Amino acid sequence: MPVLQPETPSRQLRCCGASGCRSAGGEALLAALRTARDADAGAAAGLTIKPVGCLRLCGRGPLVACDGPEGTRLYGAVPPEHAADLLAAAREDGPDAGVARAALEPHRLDLDEPFFRLQRPVVLETCGQVDPESIDDAFAHGAYDQLRRVLAELTPKQVRDEVRRSGLRGRGGAGYPTGLKWDTVALQPPGPRTVVCNADEGDPGAFMDRSVLESDPHRLIEGMAIAAYAVGADHGYVYVRAEYPLAIERLRLALQQARRKGVLGRGIFDSEFSLAIEVRVGAGAYVCGEETALLLSIQGQRGMPRPRPPYPAQSGLWGAPTLINNVETFSAVPAILREGGDWYAAMGTEGSRGTKVFALSGAVRHTGLVEVPMGMPLRTVVEEMGGGVPDGSAVKAVQTGGPSGGCIPAEQLDTPVDYESLLSLGSMMGSGGMVVMGETTSMPVVARHFMRFSVNESCGKCVPCRAGTVQLAELLDRFVEHRAETADLERLEELCGMVRATSLCGLGQAAPNPVLSTLRWFRHEYEAALREPSHCEPPDSCTVGADGETRGYAP
Amino acid sequence: MSVTTASAAAASLAQVVRRHGARSDALIEVLHQVQEIHGYLPPEALREVATLMRLPLSRVYGVASFYHLFRLEPPTDHRCAVCLGTACFVRGAAQLAQRLETRLGVDLDDAAGNGTWALQHVSCLGACGQAPVVVVDGVLLTKLPVDRREELESQLDAAGIPRPPTV
Amino acid sequence: MSVVTLRVNGQEVAVPAGASLLEAARAAGVELPTLCHLEGLTPVGACRLCLVASETGGRLLPACATEAAEGMAIRTDTEELQRYRRMTVELFFAEGNHVCAFCVANGDCELQDVAVAVGMDHSRFPYRYPHRHVDASHPLFALDHHRCILCTRCVRVCDEIEGAHVWDVAQRGSECTIIAGLDEPWGAVEACTSCGKCVDVCPTGALFRKEDTTAEKHPHAERPEQLRRAREQQQWRNQ
Repeated sequence: MPVLQPETPSRQLRCCGASGCRSAGGEALLAALRTARDADAGAAAGLTIKPVGCLRLCGRGPLVACDGPEGTRLYGAVPPEHAADLLAAAREDGPDAGVARAALEPHRLDLDEPFFRLQRPVVLETCGQVDPESIDDAFAHGAYDQLRRVLAELTPKQVRDEVRRSGLRGRGGAGYPTGLKWDTVALQPPGPRTVVCNADEGDPGAFMDRSVLESDPHRLIEGMAIAAYAVGADHGYVYVRAEYPLAIERLRLALQQARRKGVLGRGIFDSEFSLAIEVRVGAGAYVCGEETALLLSIQGQRGMPRPRPPYPAQSGLWGAPTLINNVETFSAVPAILREGGDWYAAMGTEGSRGTKVFALSGAVRHTGLVEVPMGMPLRTVVEEMGGGVPDGSAVKAVQTGGPSGGCIPAEQLDTPVDYESLLSLGSMMGSGGMVVMGETTSMPVVARHFMRFSVNESCGKCVPCRAGTVQLAELLDRFVEHRAETADLERLEELCGMVRATSLCGLGQAAPNPVLSTLRWFRHEYEAALREPSHCEPPDSCTVGADGETRGYAP
Repeated sequence: MSVTTASAAAASLAQVVRRHGARSDALIEVLHQVQEIHGYLPPEALREVATLMRLPLSRVYGVASFYHLFRLEPPTDHRCAVCLGTACFVRGAAQLAQRLETRLGVDLDDAAGNGTWALQHVSCLGACGQAPVVVVDGVLLTKLPVDRREELESQLDAAGIPRPPTV
Repeated sequence: MSVVTLRVNGQEVAVPAGASLLEAARAAGVELPTLCHLEGLTPVGACRLCLVASETGGRLLPACATEAAEGMAIRTDTEELQRYRRMTVELFFAEGNHVCAFCVANGDCELQDVAVAVGMDHSRFPYRYPHRHVDASHPLFALDHHRCILCTRCVRVCDEIEGAHVWDVAQRGSECTIIAGLDEPWGAVEACTSCGKCVDVCPTGALFRKEDTTAEKHPHAERPEQLRRAREQQQWRNQ
């Protein structure tokens, strides 16, 4: 099914009410549409105005999709003054339809553009179609059908087999095989288990999970419920970052509706299966996206990671086996159960099956959400779908994986997007943020930007991350300010290696990646930032040993 | 704070804790609600929370100071937050932050600010499609034209951010 | 009692099931440097000095916080580990204000000992000279934050052995600091029993008895284990 186009097109206007469009004036537009409709009740009869979730091209918000038997037209950056035109344009053969459509033409977005055409919606299949605040609308779009079927027809093991067959891997960053994780939790000794959804999407440049929560929360709840059945859990938590108030509000509402309709609670769909899900709101700590820190935060403590093993699948929340997946992973589950694991596995590449949602932003013409099959070349995503740098200049690099990832240089853009390829380039998939950088972006500055982020977000438990990132940020200052020496370059690389190898958790281990990847692909920028010998300070300001190593300060 | 409002605050605090059954895992939720009541987490409220939840004082303070959205000092009347996430960063957020510092006469992330305004950074609001973004007293400003000085200044004016006093 | 066998630097050792890699290393006669670890307290794996290399996965594992498993093979002293340990100690020295010559713990300081053990004679990383303070509000003891390495032994001993939980860690990252109560002067915290266990276990001169001056502190890091064992085995003299 093509992106954003409903199967049975009734006459309706779908207004994006997700955060991106809201901040661009989406609420005012929706209000204006309703006012215009009420003022013109007769003419607008049979026309539905429906608030929906993300319509993908966030950079052109507020977005409105206009559906009719002749297909869907999408409009962007629509000011409220155009409300009447939108109504007229949506109406069947109205006398003003032609005029109104002409008036809206400058706002028209072409759904045949690669940005839309190349999308393959699975996780986002009803995102932008369904009203995120209505469980009845979600039911009408098939929500909870798979939960009902699974409870009636499948054993937990059959569910896990299907998920394993799909080849789905964790979408939170590390790409751990989802089926294997579910099996590990399910096969622990008898006793209580918990499912946890990691919705602490903290990577700067990532907003996929926020969009799912704001646009289609019932899909996540259904995915979690199926997972809970598959691993034998009767309790679940969604840990959402506090920076996403609208997502929290809609998720809470969705949970309330789900309880009222009996799709959560005791004896769901007349089965033996019971599930309660609670929301836990973070309070501004990136490290809580790390699973052991997240569990401590749910328990009301400082979010400081602990060494693994034991893994949460063995000993998690209050010591019980705990399944942790992120929003996108759980949200892929209903479609996998409906169409079958083989169907999902047929998309993507050998090691990275299925589709992945990316958040395109930075120096790129089309910013927003894209869901594409794994293995699509990075160039297709950034240049074809994203439309390249707005001023037409060349792309310099693409940053993936947030503060744990790296910068992929333009000459590597033909790399297919999958877990292993990105790792081999010194970056990583991460949660799906893709920030495009143009020629004017300095790589040592980018590296320092991420290192400062890590300094700020380090929990402070282990010394390589707590003190090492501070030293790395200072070393990077020297490059940015053109006062670095050759020895600083060695020191930078050596310390990066040490922090990566010895830090306690993924945050610290990955903190040097932005430096290492920019050193690998843009080393000349660091070398160019070395201080000229002629600018050297008098020799007494630093002691240089016979081996050329700058001596620090003896304790 | 007058006696009546102080005792009302204490009463509602007790209510908040009771609603969570005084379960120690609810500490973060409770702190969120205490901050909603007071605007920040005053020491006497933290002491009260610790007593009601039967938690060590240092544990409560340790948690409150770990999470950056909890404020341990009274907030300034007006607050501005500039997003320094990667997408905003690529689109000039660092220059924007500098401009705001100059305009408000404050240092970034100094909670005391200039007494009336404080400027803090946020790591990413997930509004990357609208970068660069700034939040002024809870209102999100998007796609700020960092390169077009005049236009930027007038948008900041419209958002109610004062210009520096002319000397 | 079931036993697991594993190899430490190529040597076969057998340890009771549930033993840590640190205990396994000791069984093989290998002494690993540690700072946050202390017998009798819950391991946290924070100082990273006891990291060992797994011969199978190549991963580095904190020996104190990793359970020995059947068939494991670890190396404790590779060239890489030696380099990392040295850098770790450099980072400890650079992040605080450690001036041995004036310190109460001079000569009986675990940080100093570790520096000698890993051969760290200077730091290649610039000293940060952080602004920290001294809390001398307690009648018997004092806390000099300049010398604190955030090992959290004091936090754990007070919570796990004394049961008072006077201490905790506040803030995060490089701003982390040990606090008493609501970040109050130690002397003002009613929960403190003045038992002195935190002073006994502090590996540096951060916590000390006021009566001690330069090089006069002699800690008793063995006490948590003695107390825990005595409790578990009910070895009290008057029972």
